[in-house]
Amino acid sequence: MGKRPLSFYKELFAKILFGIAASAAVFAVGLICVFLFSQGLPAMAEMGIWQFLTGTEWRPTWNPPLYGILPMIVGSLYVTAGAILFGVPIGIFAAVFMAEMCPKGVYRFLKPAINLLAGIPSVVFGYFGMVILVPFVRENFGGTGNSILTASILLGMMILPTVITISESAMRAVPRHIYEGAVALGASRERAVFFTILPAAKSGVMAAVVLGVGRAIGETMAVRMVAGNQAILRAPNEFLMGVRTMTSNVVLELGYAYGDHRAALIATGVVLFVFVMIINVLFSLLKKKEGAR
Amino acid sequence: MKIIKTKKKPLDLILLLFTWLAIAATVAVLVMVVGYVLMNGVGYIRPSLFAWNFTTENQSLMPAIMGTLMIVGLALIVAVPLGVGSAIYLVEYARRGSIFVKIVRTMTETLAGIPSIVYGLFGFIFFGVFLGWGLSLLSGALTVTIMILPLIMRATEESLKSVPDSFREGSFGLGAGRLRTVGRIVLPAAMPGILGGVILAIGRIVGETAAIIFTLGNVARMPNNLFDTGRTLSAHMYALANEGTHPGEAHATAAVLLVVVILVNALASFVTKFIRGRA
Repeated sequence: MGKRPLSFYKELFAKILFGIAASAAVFAVGLICVFLFSQGLPAMAEMGIWQFLTGTEWRPTWNPPLYGILPMIVGSLYVTAGAILFGVPIGIFAAVFMAEMCPKGVYRFLKPAINLLAGIPSVVFGYFGMVILVPFVRENFGGTGNSILTASILLGMMILPTVITISESAMRAVPRHIYEGAVALGASRERAVFFTILPAAKSGVMAAVVLGVGRAIGETMAVRMVAGNQAILRAPNEFLMGVRTMTSNVVLELGYAYGDHRAALIATGVVLFVFVMIINVLFSLLKKKEGAR
Repeated sequence: MKIIKTKKKPLDLILLLFTWLAIAATVAVLVMVVGYVLMNGVGYIRPSLFAWNFTTENQSLMPAIMGTLMIVGLALIVAVPLGVGSAIYLVEYARRGSIFVKIVRTMTETLAGIPSIVYGLFGFIFFGVFLGWGLSLLSGALTVTIMILPLIMRATEESLKSVPDSFREGSFGLGAGRLRTVGRIVLPAAMPGILGGVILAIGRIVGETAAIIFTLGNVARMPNNLFDTGRTLSAHMYALANEGTHPGEAHATAAVLLVVVILVNALASFVTKFIRGRA
């Protein structure tokens, strides 16, 4: 081997160093998966995966204790569905406004406003929910106010910026000639936007909704502060009753749990993690579809 | 260009009405949350809230503010070199479309999608229990480091990509190596975007609660060393809201937290935009 200049080794060293840095994300995901699954899965297997997932009783203090997380899985699904109900229609219409109808001068204020909404910490949302939304729901709809409905409204507010920002950029990416063609055929602006641009941006808008779902199902503090947190299986018509989600189950009890109880909480985290992974895969598939067009 | 006006039909009007209502509702949400928190909180802000020593009486923010600063500082020390280095590798060194790049991208997206409570759970199991660091500054900082890594990586990648190739070609043409080109030419040109991403990451840390309370803990004291517990402003806010015994201090803390986060985020977009406008 011939003699290499010093700069060669310097370059090689730098490349290796940057390469190591690039591996950090891979390493982190690996570590998270290994530790969550290695601590959560055996616990699940010991209790019986089926009993764990479909058990309706969560009684960590009983002897013997019961760890069934169906109420929490269903609770997460309720508040997420509620968030979609409130957040998605408003979000998509608002995105249409931002992408197609907003005067430039107004846009300069609205865009930062929506970014601001995205930046509000979830404890602050939760706090707002506690002092404003909970009494509001209690006085207008009945119940204690700590309910599925309250959590749904709050989550709906929280996913708005996600839905708006991603749908807006999807609509902006639609080629202009689609709109022009519609207008040339005599369509009004509203008709052209809603019946040509919006359908053309379908997969991007769906990606926005899916990401919103991911936000809603993973949200912890705000939900924990307004949802009542009873680990009871609720029927859909009990939307004025309290509910516990998978996220709040962990946040409520992890601080003092030991042994099997802690393992059951980690297993709850694993189930949540699997839900979120499915949502993420769905999101990237939709984005790929949008990019391919 | 002259636009020919077509007569609006009922459906058009209904759709238009809905878009207006939707954007009005969005703005209303923002005004309600920010307006309520600020208006209610500002009146309760008094000097005792910033007293150096925390007592149950004054519910001082000082330990929480110091804890927040320490967590932010420590997390950035680790996350910035890793995130920036990683982005440099992906943009400047790796072959386009290599499998490694694809894996790193996928994993980064995965990290970005993980809910903060799962980070809290992981930090608790790994740093707290497995490594035996318990509830400590180090556990908390490293947990949020992983959380903000994708944010810094993405911001850096995007600003590196926006540096024109002619910069690199010019530098190579003058005989500079890749390392010198990246360090002297590309990085300085990409700095505003990177800085914007870093400030955004700070905002994310300040607003974080679920990942903090099981790793740093939630005790009203100033951490003395890396293995000491403490709390951040958000965790403090969470504790105050749950205890419900100091409503005035809770109002004030919410306002302070919101103002801090708003300022940090505004700074991020200002830095990005200001220097982009200049270039």
